[in-house]
Amino acid sequence: MSDAQTLARPSAVMERQKRAIMRRNLFYVALVVVGLVAPFVAYPVFLMKVLCFALFACAFNLLLGYAGLLSFGHAAFLATGGYITGYLLASYPGLTPEIGIMAGTLVATALGALFGILAIRRQGIYFAMVTLALAQLVYFVFVQAPFTGGEDGLHGVPRGELLGFISLSNNLAMYYFVFAVFLFGFALIQRTVHSPYGQVLKAIRENEPRAVSLGYNTDMYKLVAFVISAALAGLAGSTKTVVFQLASLTDAHWHMSGEVILMTLLGGVGTLLGPIMGAGIVVSLQHVLSQSPLGNWVSVILGIIFVICVLSFRSGIVGEIARMYNKNFK
Amino acid sequence: MTFMKKTLTASITLAAATSMAISTAQADISDGEVRIGYLADMSGTYRDLAGPGGEAAMEMAIEDFGGSVNGAPIEILSADDRNSADVGANTVREWIDQDNVDMVGGLVASSVSIAVTNVLEENNGLGIVSGSAASSITNEHCTPNHIHYVYDTYPLANGTAKAVVDQGGDSWFMLTADYAFGHALEGDVTEVVEESGGEIVGGVRHPFPTSDFSSYILQAQGSGAKIVGLANAGADTVNAITTASQFGLTQSGQQLAGLLIFLNDVHSLGLESTQNLLLTTGWYWDMDDEARAWSDRYFEEVGARPTMVQAGIYSSTMHYLKSVEAAGTDDPEVVRAQMAAEPINDFFARNGQIREDGRMVHDMYLAQVKTPEESTGEWDLYNILSTIPADEAYRPLSESQCDLVQN
Amino acid sequence: MTMIFGVPLAVFMGQLTLGLVNGAFYALLSLGLAVIFGLLKIINFAHGAQYMLGAFAALLGFRYLGINYWLALILVPLVVGAFGMLLERYLLRKISHLDHLYGLLLTFGLALIIEGTLVNFFGVSGARYATPEVLQGGLDLGFMFLPTYRAWVLVAALAMCLFTWFMIERTRLGAYLRAGTENSQLMQAFGVNVPLLITLTYGFGVGLAAFAGVLAAPLYPVSPTMGSSLLIVVFAVVVIGGMGSIFGAIMTGLAMGVIEGLTKVYYPEAANTVIFLVMILVLMFRPAGLFGKEA
Repeated sequence: MSDAQTLARPSAVMERQKRAIMRRNLFYVALVVVGLVAPFVAYPVFLMKVLCFALFACAFNLLLGYAGLLSFGHAAFLATGGYITGYLLASYPGLTPEIGIMAGTLVATALGALFGILAIRRQGIYFAMVTLALAQLVYFVFVQAPFTGGEDGLHGVPRGELLGFISLSNNLAMYYFVFAVFLFGFALIQRTVHSPYGQVLKAIRENEPRAVSLGYNTDMYKLVAFVISAALAGLAGSTKTVVFQLASLTDAHWHMSGEVILMTLLGGVGTLLGPIMGAGIVVSLQHVLSQSPLGNWVSVILGIIFVICVLSFRSGIVGEIARMYNKNFK
Repeated sequence: MTFMKKTLTASITLAAATSMAISTAQADISDGEVRIGYLADMSGTYRDLAGPGGEAAMEMAIEDFGGSVNGAPIEILSADDRNSADVGANTVREWIDQDNVDMVGGLVASSVSIAVTNVLEENNGLGIVSGSAASSITNEHCTPNHIHYVYDTYPLANGTAKAVVDQGGDSWFMLTADYAFGHALEGDVTEVVEESGGEIVGGVRHPFPTSDFSSYILQAQGSGAKIVGLANAGADTVNAITTASQFGLTQSGQQLAGLLIFLNDVHSLGLESTQNLLLTTGWYWDMDDEARAWSDRYFEEVGARPTMVQAGIYSSTMHYLKSVEAAGTDDPEVVRAQMAAEPINDFFARNGQIREDGRMVHDMYLAQVKTPEESTGEWDLYNILSTIPADEAYRPLSESQCDLVQN
Repeated sequence: MTMIFGVPLAVFMGQLTLGLVNGAFYALLSLGLAVIFGLLKIINFAHGAQYMLGAFAALLGFRYLGINYWLALILVPLVVGAFGMLLERYLLRKISHLDHLYGLLLTFGLALIIEGTLVNFFGVSGARYATPEVLQGGLDLGFMFLPTYRAWVLVAALAMCLFTWFMIERTRLGAYLRAGTENSQLMQAFGVNVPLLITLTYGFGVGLAAFAGVLAAPLYPVSPTMGSSLLIVVFAVVVIGGMGSIFGAIMTGLAMGVIEGLTKVYYPEAANTVIFLVMILVLMFRPAGLFGKEA
């Protein structure tokens, strides 16, 4: 819609925007309801896994979809959150899970700032390579550091009692806690994207020189996006550790960084719901395949999905649906 | 998901039908069916050690048992843990929560086994660890809900290291994988070597995994030690041995001691570079008529000779099913007690007995890899030199740190 | 005994030599990546898989067709390179007009497919490939026993690197290539078939990886996962050298091999990490890499 039109019929446009926002809010309410009912229909632990990865993918998408930065090292934040939380909760039995999760998230945030400062000056492929190498460094630190248990991983993390009195050992209680964490993360991303800050971010993605010429300190904007993304990835990792009561090197491996890219790409880069859907599909796929005769072909099938997505499905499932919807109903 | 739900409903209906038909005995089999979960690395580094072959062995055991216990049918679920502790733990958690799995077998990577046994203890399940090496599984990580069946690092050190020192190899250089399993093995070996009058003159810890061992082999050569001990596993061991042979380590008078080597490793390395290697094994397919007979059947199914882990999976599944039958229930606690009550003597285990810490102790064997001239076929790889009696092979209970053992 | 920083001279020199041999592999692989990146702007994530395919092709060629090592050294890069050209022609070209990141993602997917498929057929325990008769045994260098085959690897890899550098920087074909990436429309107008040039270049880069794979076959167990761990290190080498710089890739590859070798003497646990540390240092002071041009 051009600026001229906006000026011509302000009331109609406002009306339409209002309707769009209302539709969106309705949609969110529906999603929350689905989330609340889900554990009575499906296996809660599986749902929690989906939610943790969905949050991880959403965090990643904030960076790729709204700042245009492809990080190939996001596993580092997921793992850092997980290890710190796991270590604290396992070694200090007095700690409540929310404190452990906050600590894990905080450390992941700090690591994000460090990565960001080193990597943000580069763009595109260079940025991807630098984040990959940094994450690899973190991986080796986790292999070596005594507190992670190295190859054996960190086990026996207690789920503990939320705020000191709500026991999380019950799967349902745990589920609603994870769901709340997820909603918090999602709302934060939603607010960020629709804030003036988010608008500038998108402007930088579209045309960085122009944003610079308008006087924006683009590096600073990108750095903040990177740190938020790292923090939420850390939050996802921390929560996951409490759910599964363990942290392992799988989360730190670069394949994990590749998997989160796949989730986001499959669901739809730059859409708010895409990463959730992508995470849901990838996690379910791994889940179903690993218990079927096709179990050995998981990585091949993921690879094929990758190739198909890149070749002919670049806006992802949610992106394609949105396009079809816009074409046929508007 | 829906697919699984359907099979689940189908099997529940089936189970309900059968339970109506058959009355008393399997009333105590929970939901009228015995479900065994097979969890192993099906696609990664340890695939050839247990993997699909282990599953085939488990199926053979169930078939030989007759397919049902006291009228309750036996079903296998299998999953690939991809050597990931979280995948393994999640799978087992779901098996217990959703599918009422009664026993989990296989279990290869030590990290997966420790994670899984944690879940089993929490949810009161039963696990039989067949593939893992870490002796900590029945030491500081012991639970009343699992059994460690085939071997562990203690007899590996105790068998191989002792034999090597006795043969005059009294100065050692240790090449250790730099993670918990490697450290444990290194510790056990150091203890045994020093006890037997030998000495550790040096060592190096290498990252896991490492594909290029040349510089470590060079350091080993420079150390002047008579023996180079390999405290690593799988691909690392294979790489180290290959490199050692390229650098003429053995020609220059030093000898390798592989501490954790499986049949499939030797098979893939070939006899040229492994000949005369000493190793400790829990079983060898060609060690006697009984073992050979079973291996021939396995060979027909799978097309390869079984490793000790694959044979152990058959043996442990059989022992489990017999115990369920004898106890008349699949309650983990009762079955665990029943399994410990009966000694195990079959084609796999001699003088086998499950101790209170969950360790299945049985005779172990000191073996030497054949030379290419000695070998008469693709799988004719070991000479069994001597037997290490069950009561000497494993860590004595008096040294145990397991909470289940009263000292 | 002469000591250098508390290490006997012989051990020090030995590690230096071995580091150089490993460096030759890094150089060869990062060279392939640099050629592909410099001319096509694709980060070839399938490079590790293609290196592995080289080793596998040599192994299977020997096992089923009786192709010996020397023939494999020539044939395998051609075959695997041709496979690479098919990938370029039918997959990568379709996305060449898009952001280069899509190239990275596509090749990542391809690597997953190739490795996963081979794992299903061959397992991961790795097979042995015999060292050719002529190159068995070793040379006594005084301070160490150097297996002849490793000496050969060093020579062959360096020769191949030099050849590639010469082709791209000093010949007419190389000039076309460089010009084609600078301004493909103009080159097209001059009557040069740029798409064909690009296909050939990708094939050449893949061929280099396969060549490295054949060289590696007698050294390491041939397994489907042999490339994926190496790939990450080689990426770091390329970043340090400056992406797209041919000369930078070769020099950095050799230098990193040596640095890694020396780390193994003084602090073996860090051997896998040191290259990434170097990378961070370089990025802090020279963001474009040692030999790269400021973008």
